[in-house]
Amino acid sequence: MHQTFDAAIEMNLLHANQTGADHNREHFDQWGITCLNLMSSPGAGKTVLLEKTLEALQTQLKMAVIEGDMTTELDADRLRKYGVPVIAINTGRSCHLDSRMVAGGIHQLKENYDPQQLDLVFVENVGNLVCPAEFEVGEHAKVALLSITEGEDKPLKYPIMFQEADCLLVTKLDLAPYLEIDLKRLENNVRSMNSSVKIIFLSAKTGEGLNDWFNWVKSQIKMPVCLNG
Amino acid sequence: MITVQDWYNSQPEKLKIEKIHLIVGKFTCVEPVSLQFAFEVQTRNTFLDQVELVIKDIPLIAYCHVCQKEYQPEIGLQYSCPTCRSPMDDIRSGRELKIDHIEYSLIN
Repeated sequence: MHQTFDAAIEMNLLHANQTGADHNREHFDQWGITCLNLMSSPGAGKTVLLEKTLEALQTQLKMAVIEGDMTTELDADRLRKYGVPVIAINTGRSCHLDSRMVAGGIHQLKENYDPQQLDLVFVENVGNLVCPAEFEVGEHAKVALLSITEGEDKPLKYPIMFQEADCLLVTKLDLAPYLEIDLKRLENNVRSMNSSVKIIFLSAKTGEGLNDWFNWVKSQIKMPVCLNG
Repeated sequence: MITVQDWYNSQPEKLKIEKIHLIVGKFTCVEPVSLQFAFEVQTRNTFLDQVELVIKDIPLIAYCHVCQKEYQPEIGLQYSCPTCRSPMDDIRSGRELKIDHIEYSLIN
């Protein structure tokens, strides 16, 4: 007689990643660092946004970047020009950062710099609207970018990313006159699944909306910092 | 417990795992067909070789606090409440991603 038995397991498939993310966050908390995870499709403007942000806030906040890219250090090199610590993580063939990769970045940050001195770490994720949404890396808030050339229906097609986001940056606003895009519909699509997300329309090129973004970033800093720059 | 391997190693009797039952919500970034494929390939020549992966799909269900009732958002089309159009604020199911239980038999 063939008898089978059941064993209840109740184990989260992402348990290992979640544990690692919690561990990373503990490190950040211990050092008084706020960590923001930047996610978008490739080419939505994460790196240029970081360039503008590092430039504008460098007198007010001590920042560092953990930069995920599949194979190159092109983005990391662009950001190093601003004189902040930039840790490049090549994800190899992987399409997202996971908590272990970011732990490696945190380790490098600790080895080469004094993390106690930092206020803010940006994690620039791999360009992808799917997997990064499921893999927490230890961030305190998730920032999604959506460029207006991608179309107003993207939140409907990639709902997890937009449902999980704490802040949505609608980028490349300077291109609006050349596109047939309904920005109100885009906003409604996002709001239909995430009523509390902060939405900022901006153009890194013209500077429109950037101050709103900078203010939001500063509002996320948990530790008391000197904001007199 | 971290993995099925840990569970397997912790069992006092000699046993054979027959099926692993997963619960996968529809509102996740996991595609059951791809997961099946990856499982088959990655478990070859391991203690899970030939084990059947049974995936139970869990629908996306949200609760509308205005209408005070549950509804099923249409993924890709409409997430807000079909009656009053309130945003999808309270997801009741569909985000699950877990190993629910294991079926096994004893080896004598």
